[in-house]
Amino acid sequence: MAYAYFLGCIMNNRYPGIEKSTRVLMDKLGVELADMEGASCCPAPGVFGSFDKETWATIAARNITIAEDMGAEILTECNGCFGSLHEANDLLKEDADMKCKVNSSLSEIGREFKGSTGVRHFAEVLYNDIGLDKLSEIMEKDLNLNVAVHYGCHFLKPSDELQIDNPKNPKILDELVEITGAKSVPYADKMMCCGAGGGLRARDKEVTTSFTKEKLDNMTAANVDAIIDVCPFCHMQFDVGQTEVNEQYGTNFAIPVLHLAQLYGLAMGLSPEECTLDKQVVDPSCLVEKMNTPKEEAAEE
Amino acid sequence: MSLLNESEYLITEKDIDPTFKEEIMANGSDSLAVCYQCGTCSGACPSGRRTPYMIRRLVRKALMGMKEDVISDDALWMCTTCYECQERCPRDIKIVEIVKAIRNVAAHEGYMAKAHKMTGSYVAKTGHAVPINDATKALRKEIGLSEVPPTTHACPGALEEVQTLIKATAFDELIGYDWATGNLKE
Repeated sequence: MAYAYFLGCIMNNRYPGIEKSTRVLMDKLGVELADMEGASCCPAPGVFGSFDKETWATIAARNITIAEDMGAEILTECNGCFGSLHEANDLLKEDADMKCKVNSSLSEIGREFKGSTGVRHFAEVLYNDIGLDKLSEIMEKDLNLNVAVHYGCHFLKPSDELQIDNPKNPKILDELVEITGAKSVPYADKMMCCGAGGGLRARDKEVTTSFTKEKLDNMTAANVDAIIDVCPFCHMQFDVGQTEVNEQYGTNFAIPVLHLAQLYGLAMGLSPEECTLDKQVVDPSCLVEKMNTPKEEAAEE
Repeated sequence: MSLLNESEYLITEKDIDPTFKEEIMANGSDSLAVCYQCGTCSGACPSGRRTPYMIRRLVRKALMGMKEDVISDDALWMCTTCYECQERCPRDIKIVEIVKAIRNVAAHEGYMAKAHKMTGSYVAKTGHAVPINDATKALRKEIGLSEVPPTTHACPGALEEVQTLIKATAFDELIGYDWATGNLKE
């Protein structure tokens, strides 16, 4: 089993521990991640999709042609990249006029969108292609953590097109998280957006920060040890954004943020440093201490 | 004095561009036409709870052809594309596609935030909206990854391809990108 591994921007260029954890995980699972040499930004739906649909579709199509040439489906672990590439792939398979325009531009660089591959999200591939049983086998630790699972928006929605799980009451990520021993704790408005998407973070950070504050309030009320996401953009918003919330509102939130791949990294026995958690804005030390305490002992306390 | 046709709040023909609706339907979604203004979208919208963004009103104005009114409104950019409105719409209207289509018109008419143009310029310059930096290069190396990821960052030919496409679709002109300096012209 091989996938064309689409890196995107934020994971590889800001949070490389997510990439490292993923490569180790897939290696242990015997799944080949083939690099998409020369891939670019997906491109960012909030800017390219909002500014010029044709440019957005054309740059996305170039990325897709790299996977088409490899004869593999694309695997990405960013909701934004997944949303952008999946939507563009569908659009170009259905809209002959747009496909014609896009292929006219692609011909200038000797490429052609054929519509011969698919776009998959990391978490969905783990759940559907690998399965929870096989994943459980490679987890070495039983993490004592209560976590807030954040699905983000573009992993499940638009649900009529993606068909991954019920977008109002999904289970897929919670189940993927809980094989590590961590408990997915319910919290108010769990499916709400982090606030970063659609170009809002760049356009009006105070509004974005107010979204994040609401999420953090609800997660804090549920008394969680960490936030688990499947999108490096949400990840950055919760990590960097937590300081911005504290500045804007005079709060002192400090909830460590982990991408699902990093949670698996810790459960497989990678160090927090290998998952680059020590280089994130929010200090992970309380999380690291808590996750290694035996569950019975914690219950007695 | 008669108030007939006096109010600044009256919407008249001068506020309507009859081609706008068709443009949004063609580039966004035909489903725009079937909105019956129930307001479920606004009830679902997290941005509407904290900003002047009113998605029901935006859809109605688009349907009426109030082009200048909607494209000049800063609130248009408050949507995070979270899809909560679209998921709940009883008429299955592809609301997010409509918002993006309206934003496309706004962008082409000059209503673009500098910060958004900057993001576009990073892609034109490096292939990435968030390019790598020295700290991440060092960190990648430290944990056993390639210092530079195997993307446009590691492949000048690939970056040239992306740049060729940005010229082919005139995105460089749209954001005012200066190829000589690698920055925005303004």
